[in-house]
Amino acid sequence: MTHFFQTLGLPHDWAWFVATICGILLIALPLLLGVAMIIYADRKIWAAMALRRGPNVVGPFGLLQSFADGLKVFLQETIVPAASNKALFLIAPVITFTVALLAWAVIPFNSGAVLADINVGLLYILAISSLGVYGVVIAGWASNSKYPFFSAMRASAQMISYEVSIGFILICVVLWAGTFNLGAIVEAQRSHVWLINGFVANPLLFPRWVMFLISGMAETARAPFDLTEAESELVAGYQTEYSSMAFAAYWLGEYANVLLMCALNAVLFWGGYLPPLDWAPLYYVPGFVWLLLKILFFFFVFSWVKATVPRYRYDQLMRLGWKVFLPVSLGFVVLVSGYLMFTRYGA
Amino acid sequence: MIQTFAFYLFAVMVIASGAVTILARNPVHSVLWLILAFFNAAGLMVLVGAEFIAMLLVIVYVGAVAVLFLFVVMMLDIDFATLRAGFVRNFPLGFAIALVLLCELVLGVGAYRVGALQLGTPDGTAATALGASNIEAIGALLYGRYLFLFEAAGLILLVAMIGAIVLTHRQRSGVRGQNISRQIARRPDEATVNVRPEVGKGVSL
Repeated sequence: MTHFFQTLGLPHDWAWFVATICGILLIALPLLLGVAMIIYADRKIWAAMALRRGPNVVGPFGLLQSFADGLKVFLQETIVPAASNKALFLIAPVITFTVALLAWAVIPFNSGAVLADINVGLLYILAISSLGVYGVVIAGWASNSKYPFFSAMRASAQMISYEVSIGFILICVVLWAGTFNLGAIVEAQRSHVWLINGFVANPLLFPRWVMFLISGMAETARAPFDLTEAESELVAGYQTEYSSMAFAAYWLGEYANVLLMCALNAVLFWGGYLPPLDWAPLYYVPGFVWLLLKILFFFFVFSWVKATVPRYRYDQLMRLGWKVFLPVSLGFVVLVSGYLMFTRYGA
Repeated sequence: MIQTFAFYLFAVMVIASGAVTILARNPVHSVLWLILAFFNAAGLMVLVGAEFIAMLLVIVYVGAVAVLFLFVVMMLDIDFATLRAGFVRNFPLGFAIALVLLCELVLGVGAYRVGALQLGTPDGTAATALGASNIEAIGALLYGRYLFLFEAAGLILLVAMIGAIVLTHRQRSGVRGQNISRQIARRPDEATVNVRPEVGKGVSL
């Protein structure tokens, strides 16, 4: 895109600047629209599994429900509790929302269609996702209220615990792909096992994907791991004191994070923008469509789990993270690197 | 031009947030400013081309260490007034430490300027060891040339970790934990009994 703006007569620096801004808007605006629609989809799936109708009043099939909700919170008054720490109270939702959008910079939407093609892409995602906890922790502390504070404590412990196992899972993927660049990781999955595009067909990496899916649910605090906003114990967790746009920012940020986890599942294990099989006619469908289909499929899985699995208890959550996932993923790092040592690099 | 602007932005933010970290009255605010300082330092690392170090700085310090700081500071009820009361008494010691640090910094920069060390080039452009990408260069050095030092560092950390666990571990008696495998292995026929008691007799459990 830089080249296009240079042909319009801009010097290289400015052309790069304008092209980057355009790229950011091209990702962020459809993403926000997608988040609005995915909230609708989540409610519909959840309703269907509970044999309800779900949102069906605003617009055809209730399609405009999220926009009506958005308008409603936009017109509401923002209430800032008198005892809260005002600056931090208002910064916290901004952090959550911004961080949820930041990580999309390195996701490859098609061959070469990526905003920031950096060679530490996966580390960047880990770094950004580790920032996500601050929005929650700061909110819990700045609210100056008991339930949000409990929720913040839970969130920080939960996210640190599952980031450790996610880190080890990603190390296996990186070892196999031989790179941290997400585009190159996708390319490394081309006809990985026979004709199948994707690490998931690999018997050594398939268990890693299952654990990544579960850890992803814990990392984004989705059901069954939504201990941070367990309404039966903590009212609404860290969001208890929030209202209006600040509340909506948390909502949007949360769903953008879930979509990011779905995209990571697709990119790291299911071949990203590649079609499922390495078969020529499938390549007529644009790569972006394949990625979108995979993201939607994983989102369905997330909703499905939310609708069917009861919430974990907190000690069970910690046990799963530290006593099951951590040793197993550590063992798999040894297994995968040992296998690669013997087959690819020669003992 | 953008690089110059970014450098001064990051540099000013590092120094400013570092200063506010010390000056802030509220310990939680201090930690948050410290996090901002880490973050901007990572930005500076990206500017000199050390993107791997930058990402590690964010993952390790911002993502893990600072979260634990924040955790502790939020839980503890630290009264900063009593901490500040010892300022005059501790001032000479603090000043001496600051002086030593300043001398070390001047010495380090001086030695770097003289150029006897083959680390990189003094004008700030990072020189990678093998002409490869950051990660490959660091990996080749750590697992090749400095393998034994690296392993020794890992061993020291392991000993420190085990030591910390042993020192803080206390054995409590009478803790009733959950045995998950036993719970899962349980079947309906061993957990329930079907009794038909005579009317008015009741059951003994």
